[in-house]
Amino acid sequence: MLTFTIRRLIFAVPTLLFTALIIFLLLELAPGDPMSNVPLTVPDDVKQQMRLALGLGEPMHIRFFKWIVQFFWIEPLNLFDQMFGTTFAEGKLRVISWQSRSPVIDIIAERIPQTLWVVGTAYVVAIAIAIPVGIYSAYRQYSFFDQAGTFITMVGYSVPPFFSGVLVIVVFAVNLGWFPSIYDTTHKVVDWDSFVVQLKQMIMPVMVLALQITSQISRFMRASMLDNLEQDYVRTARAKGMGERTVVMVHVLRNSMIPVVTVIALGIPAIFGGAIITEQVFKVNGIGQLLITAIQANDLPMVQTLTFIFAVLIVLFNLFADVLYGILDPRIRYD
Amino acid sequence: MTEPSIPGVAARPPRNHWWDVWDQFKVHKGALVGAFFFLLIVFLVLFGPLLWDIDPTKTNIRSRNQGMSWAHPFGTDQLGRDIFARMIAGGRVSMGVGLTAMALSVIIGTFVGVIAGYFKRLDGVLMRLTDLFLALPLMPLLLVTVLLFREPLSAAFGPEGGIFVLMVSAIGITSWMQTARIVRGDVLALKEREFVLAARSIGTPPRRMITRHILPNVMSPIMVSATLGIANAIITESALSFLGLGFPPDFPTWGRLLFDGVDYLTQYPERVFWPGLAISLTVLSVNYVGDGLRDALDPRIRGR
Repeated sequence: MLTFTIRRLIFAVPTLLFTALIIFLLLELAPGDPMSNVPLTVPDDVKQQMRLALGLGEPMHIRFFKWIVQFFWIEPLNLFDQMFGTTFAEGKLRVISWQSRSPVIDIIAERIPQTLWVVGTAYVVAIAIAIPVGIYSAYRQYSFFDQAGTFITMVGYSVPPFFSGVLVIVVFAVNLGWFPSIYDTTHKVVDWDSFVVQLKQMIMPVMVLALQITSQISRFMRASMLDNLEQDYVRTARAKGMGERTVVMVHVLRNSMIPVVTVIALGIPAIFGGAIITEQVFKVNGIGQLLITAIQANDLPMVQTLTFIFAVLIVLFNLFADVLYGILDPRIRYD
Repeated sequence: MTEPSIPGVAARPPRNHWWDVWDQFKVHKGALVGAFFFLLIVFLVLFGPLLWDIDPTKTNIRSRNQGMSWAHPFGTDQLGRDIFARMIAGGRVSMGVGLTAMALSVIIGTFVGVIAGYFKRLDGVLMRLTDLFLALPLMPLLLVTVLLFREPLSAAFGPEGGIFVLMVSAIGITSWMQTARIVRGDVLALKEREFVLAARSIGTPPRRMITRHILPNVMSPIMVSATLGIANAIITESALSFLGLGFPPDFPTWGRLLFDGVDYLTQYPERVFWPGLAISLTVLSVNYVGDGLRDALDPRIRGR
């Protein structure tokens, strides 16, 4: 198991480097110029100096190498400094946003709590709904509950978040006026009333995200349960005289959870990507919204860092899911 | 090899394998309804302009922001353009992007899958490549790609053609991996079968081997991933248009219409509703067809 994990870890390195290279090359081809906002009266040689100060103007491979060093060495050092009050990273050039001239990582760190709060809640809610629904649908296959559940998950799977989001805004914010249509991130929870306000503004984005995630997970859960309910060991367990509850909730459920747990792990980075649209609809100023504004403002370091963070998340959770699969199902281990 | 005759069962006349598939497909009511709706939408989008000949780009400021009426079934927008005509025009683009991107992704996926499965030497390299592509954050990369290449491609192919080429290639290049994996798995299994050995023993070259013996037998997974690919492509195109990174504003697609409608959400919510419904209905029916096809093409289910 350990060799398997180590082998997967080693393969993650070239994957990350390849992704970094693709992101870097893609943005190298960007026609946008960060100097385009500089007044025309500024002389050309000053402009060249400014380009050099921004880290442009050097050959491509050197800049790629510098960017990798910045991302993997200087930024973690800064984090270390902040945590322990040391000064290892002092004077080293950090990844600077072209929009605000402040370190990219600091801006991202400001935005992460909003995203995690909304997306995380949606994910937890979705899992809490999807697993029981999947279990019951599979246990009573072709019953009314199963038919209705399958239809609803199919709809949830097909309706894109930019439509379901707008739809719930029309119904609950415009017509009924129950919830605010814009997520206020400056709101602070101090007492019960402000907690209720926070809850109210979270309901709609969480609902939209959770509908999508629930549909995917409960489809998986149902299929996985159905596969296992047909197995011989279930008949054996019943023949031994075990209660129906034990058979389904212990024997079948534990085996059915194996693929579902990995699907849940694999879905976590995709949620960050999918939340770009939901954040845009509800004006949550999280990471996704940061990415959109950075793209529109031609802020290359920000786009590079954010895209690369998404890539790191995907690779990490892929790795996590693989290892988890190996731990849960001994047949999968390759060693 | 002859079928062992079972007493009591009349020997059936030989018939095409696709009739069996159709029989099984018919059993799945959702798939049947889905296929009906999908064909209906395709028909409306294709022949709609003949039946409803209002120009979707013709502005008429005097009759702007109208509600539903016989003259304008879905009303008119803030410039007095007929929304029904714009829906049809938008559908043509959305469907066009969806089908072309699906075709591209299936062609790439099948090519990679067959080559990886058939030629052992290329298997490792191609599958690592597939894994690398699967690890890319697709949505952010798509956004960046569209932003970067919009200008040069618009200059080369014209504003509409350029974006069309860009959308189709971007979606196609980022969605072939699942097809490749499934096809490779099937090709690996097929390679061990006797008919492949027989074909090889009479000296069939690899090219003919693939086109005559392998490809026809991996058609089922390709068809299923093709249907699901349409859904994925339509959603991706609409999402990009919704984020304002799609087709130019005067060029309607369903996603763009939805994006434009959001500004008038409080006064005219129906402007968001129609394009959203069109996208959701198309994707829903395509997903149901995919579900039905998967069941119908699975020989383990079909016999029952």
